[in-house]
Amino acid sequence: MNKKKKFQLRSKHLLFIMSFFCISVIVLGAAEKMPVTPIREVAGFVIVPLQNGVNQVGSYLSDCLSGFQSVQKLSQENEELERQIKELTEENNRLALGQEELERLQDLYELDQSYSEYEKVAAQVISKDPGNWYSTFVINKGSNAGIQKDMNVIADGGLVGIVTEVNSNSATVRSIIDDSSSVSAMTASTQDNCIVTGDLRLMDEGKLAFSQMNTNDTVAVGEKIVTSNISEKYLKGILIGYISEVTEDSNHLTNKGYIIPVVDFQHISEVLVIKELKQQGGE
Amino acid sequence: MRRKITLTVLILITFLLQTTVFQSLEIASVTPNLLLILTTAFGFMRGKKEGLWVGFFCGLSIDLFYGNLFGFYGLLYMYVGYMNGFFCKVFYDEDIKVPMVLVAVSDLAYNFVVYVLQFLLRVRLSFFDYLEHIILPEMVYTMVISIVFYRILFLINRKLTENEMEGQQSPWLRR
Repeated sequence: MNKKKKFQLRSKHLLFIMSFFCISVIVLGAAEKMPVTPIREVAGFVIVPLQNGVNQVGSYLSDCLSGFQSVQKLSQENEELERQIKELTEENNRLALGQEELERLQDLYELDQSYSEYEKVAAQVISKDPGNWYSTFVINKGSNAGIQKDMNVIADGGLVGIVTEVNSNSATVRSIIDDSSSVSAMTASTQDNCIVTGDLRLMDEGKLAFSQMNTNDTVAVGEKIVTSNISEKYLKGILIGYISEVTEDSNHLTNKGYIIPVVDFQHISEVLVIKELKQQGGE
Repeated sequence: MRRKITLTVLILITFLLQTTVFQSLEIASVTPNLLLILTTAFGFMRGKKEGLWVGFFCGLSIDLFYGNLFGFYGLLYMYVGYMNGFFCKVFYDEDIKVPMVLVAVSDLAYNFVVYVLQFLLRVRLSFFDYLEHIILPEMVYTMVISIVFYRILFLINRKLTENEMEGQQSPWLRR
């Protein structure tokens, strides 16, 4: 056996070299000397179609499963729904009367530029952060669809988060329940400012925390919280949620408490990205 | 060569599973850490060097899509793989207890480091809250998943090893 003796690196030395490599990459990336975006772009080119595929298979399978529901159940459901339609038409007539009044009141409410007027892009959530420490997710639209960094993301009529990174065909969104997120917000009726922060410990209860609300009046439970007009990145007047608990701080000047968001963060599958940046447009 | 291709595919599949399918299987807002199981298993079954490489690429895949510091997870997973390589000496066929304990300890250590470096430094001091809400649930869930996942990895590794043995022996036998 005249095999050439191959040069073998000891594992200790390999560890040392790779550690050095990683640390230098971290330092260079943090100091923004090394462009990370092109590398992520290339990786996204490979992975995003795969994640798209997995999701399509998943939704196809769940569609198939729901198709197997028994006929009996469906007819029962049908009966119930018909009954509901009758109730709803009645209610609708009543509500139509109130609509006009509502419009007038909304004008008074100064939520005149509602976010329904902004141009939006629909996108699907294709993957979520693999760890449990952060709640960021990736959507399947990127700069090709006109998405830019710092655009606001909404779903179910409420604020979901903000775009933190954009590739050509995907974008990363940090949701407002993420531990590192904080949003400048205000109450809808009295326009008292506060800071809404995500908190990991509240995440499984599905709540957000707010603090530093400076107010003379008492804040009621159930008060609507919307994004504030002084926020740097978030457009004005996007609904965040409703106050569920208020306590006064020990300095008797500010309030803090919890908010129940309108968005169901556990089951986000489709989101809308508002194609308007606070810096260029808005106010 | 065959091993390298298999490992690449394995890391890719695990990453895809963890970011898509397993995100919808969360219990108490916690998902298992499959990439960590993969890293631990190969460190344990094959030694320091392979653990190091598998860990590095697992971490890199997270870095490429998530995480604010590029290279952070690569470094962390690399050390997890390397440390598990020390236990390669006690690797014994079909045994599930040692790898399970290793997965649990690795997960605990991994999350502890993430907490210290990314939360404690942002003055989130209530360690026990995080321990209760994130670290321990994830450890238990990951450990349970590893019972199944380790078996699969073990079988894949055995197949690969058998193939390599054949490849080494055949030219010698022919002579």
